[in-house]
Amino acid sequence: MIVELRILRYDPERDARPHEEVYKVEAGPMDRVLDLLHKVKYEQDGTLTFRRSCGHGVCGSDAMLINGRNRLACKIRVDQLGGRRITVAPLPGLPVMKDLVVDMDAFFAKFRSVQPFLIAEEPATERERRQSAKDRARYDDTTKCILCAACTSSCPSFWAQPGYVGPAAIVNAHRFIFDTRDDGAEERLEILADSDGVWRCRTIFNCTDACPRGIHITQAILEVSSAIVGRHA
Amino acid sequence: MIRDHEALIVGAGGAGLWAALELAKAGVDSAVLTKLYPTRSHTGAAQGGVCAALGNQEEDHWEWHMFDTIKGGDYLVDQDAAEVLAREAIETVIELEHMGLPFNRTADGKIDQRRFGGHTRNYGEAAVKRACFAADRTGHMILQTLYQQCLKHGVKFYDEYHVVDLITEGGELGDGGRAAGVVAYRIADGELVTLRSKAVLLATGGFGRMFRVTSNAWSLTGDGVSLAYRHGVPMQDMEFYQFHPTGIVGIGILLSEAARGEGAYLLDNDGFRFMERYAPKLMELAPRDMVSRAIYQEIRAGRGIDGKDYVYLDVRHLGRKVIDEKLPDITDFVRVYQGVEPYTEPIPIQPTAHYAMGGIPTNLLTQATRDAANTVVPGLYAAGEAACVSVHGANRLGTNSLVDLLVFGRRAGRQMAVDVKGVGIPEISPDVMEPVRAEIEAIRGRAKGERKEVIRTELADVMMDDAGVYRDAEGLERARAKVAELRGRYGAVSIDDKGTTFNTDLLEAREVGYLLDCAETMVAACINRKESRGAHSREDYPERDDVGFLSHSLATKGAHGAVELDYKPVTITKFQPKPRVY
Repeated sequence: MIVELRILRYDPERDARPHEEVYKVEAGPMDRVLDLLHKVKYEQDGTLTFRRSCGHGVCGSDAMLINGRNRLACKIRVDQLGGRRITVAPLPGLPVMKDLVVDMDAFFAKFRSVQPFLIAEEPATERERRQSAKDRARYDDTTKCILCAACTSSCPSFWAQPGYVGPAAIVNAHRFIFDTRDDGAEERLEILADSDGVWRCRTIFNCTDACPRGIHITQAILEVSSAIVGRHA
Repeated sequence: MIRDHEALIVGAGGAGLWAALELAKAGVDSAVLTKLYPTRSHTGAAQGGVCAALGNQEEDHWEWHMFDTIKGGDYLVDQDAAEVLAREAIETVIELEHMGLPFNRTADGKIDQRRFGGHTRNYGEAAVKRACFAADRTGHMILQTLYQQCLKHGVKFYDEYHVVDLITEGGELGDGGRAAGVVAYRIADGELVTLRSKAVLLATGGFGRMFRVTSNAWSLTGDGVSLAYRHGVPMQDMEFYQFHPTGIVGIGILLSEAARGEGAYLLDNDGFRFMERYAPKLMELAPRDMVSRAIYQEIRAGRGIDGKDYVYLDVRHLGRKVIDEKLPDITDFVRVYQGVEPYTEPIPIQPTAHYAMGGIPTNLLTQATRDAANTVVPGLYAAGEAACVSVHGANRLGTNSLVDLLVFGRRAGRQMAVDVKGVGIPEISPDVMEPVRAEIEAIRGRAKGERKEVIRTELADVMMDDAGVYRDAEGLERARAKVAELRGRYGAVSIDDKGTTFNTDLLEAREVGYLLDCAETMVAACINRKESRGAHSREDYPERDDVGFLSHSLATKGAHGAVELDYKPVTITKFQPKPRVY
């Protein structure tokens, strides 16, 4: 079938403002939006610009706004979008560099701000630390994050307050706060208790809907909030 | 613009990140350049596990791991390197746990381990539980953990800088010159940046995008291997390229060997576990080259599903608990990309181009070497898939790619930290970026020509059909002629995007050039190796020939661009070559 692809495009060297361009491409139901973008780029218009790498939902390069929702282009099929017209735009709330490419620097700076690394004494032992399967399961969900920014850029609180640290950074803090091997929870909770921290979350659940890894993000944020409240109790 | 660092690392996968970590800990001023963001690197796509003889589940010894690696590589493995790999696997996995990697755990809280293809107890008796894992996203966890540690230790990153040339001092790298830095293209604005340094590590991964069906990321185009080659460094063992048996039909996305490690079956059209015909002892857990050939044989014999070019991977009998806890990601891939429900349906699979055993030759210290005498190229290092040390020989065992990048990434960082002491920042000519600038402007400035993607697609087709799982003289000659034709056409490649902002059109055109270099040497090395060994399977020379070919190939760029082949001996220490049966 022929699918009409409406792509929001912007080239700072040529365009005063973003504009929509329409492409028609031959597609099957199992094709992914990334396949269609490649068809446009390779057969019709090589100037169309987007990021992609692994092509199967694990590297986090190709998050974009597809039919009004943040998705990975490589993980959403034509048949799941239920129509012959598909709209594609860059992630909302982040500065556009060109076409579907957004500037991720501020996003990664927020990720770095929560100390996303194990803080612990170097074990003296030459063997692994022990951790029970149950303790390991406690933070399993938030280890899945691929830093694609689909969550943070879908969050109305982030749109309203760009200083908000955002769901992705909180997810990555959660991954360590609830790891029994980590000793840095206090520092991270202090960072996230800031006015641009977890309290900006209004439990709208956009982040959870947007996550291509199925992480229960809102729940993770609430668990971090509870830990902040409970810390001196 | 010129910047100086004592050491540079090109590529931010597992090998590059661990090297960077070691350099940072040693207080060496260093930086990582990546054409992506570090967390996008393809190490993150590795699934099933990382082998280390921890013995957490059952008796195991690093000597067994060493032996399996050598036998798995069909005795083309350098045995001193395999010993380093198997011994240091244990330390590096423990160190990763100390860094915070969330391994799955046993009932008593140790790192959990599972079976993987070709990994056995007591020198081949039966499969052993050696693969340490974090669900089926072990590579993701390794990449994340190493990146986290790099942030903790203040590693400097140049994100989205595409390295487009190597800088040399005192002649070409093949003639005694030293590596003196890189030229990088800043993707955001098209600026060319010169970075000088005393040491350069190439950790740029493989080149699976030269094949039509591949598990590899779009970014895996052989950049580092090709750039070194253009400056006189050989490519080693290019004829050995691994096809992973279980890729998603048509698109090649990988379904981890961990599925078979957990007990999945491979079935033909009659529902028969056909590996019984090829490897009765290890069955589905035979090494990948053998399983991929078995699938091709079944398909040729008309036993593919409905007579088509695929067979089934079946996980149904494992039960939902095992599938959900140990194979969650790959079963998700099956649902998303095939519309198949693995709880209740068998999964259609076919072999997919996966891993380069060959690459930039190095010694055990990761220093690049340039000839059959293993003469070191000063200042140049390689690790991970881009390198050939050689721990994989003619066929890599499952999980050993991760072991390789951990062990030799760590070694690279430590070695560079030693080697940069007492060496000055090199003197380089101010116009060092002019040759590559001219190349780039030629592509950008060409008004009309051929689309790069047409060239890449034709390359991928011929490599898949004529230089894939099975090879013969006729097909390889066809491939050689086709690659030569494509190289000619590539001279007239043109692009639509003439701008400087985030010009991926331009960079992809460069990448096709790298793939052509790798394909050309691969085909030449394939033609010359008139035997079958590991992943190199010649239908016209079906036997292994230890008298003629127990040696590594070295492909060098000759005076007029033609590939010149030389050979160097395999290092054999403990295990004499034997017939390879499983």
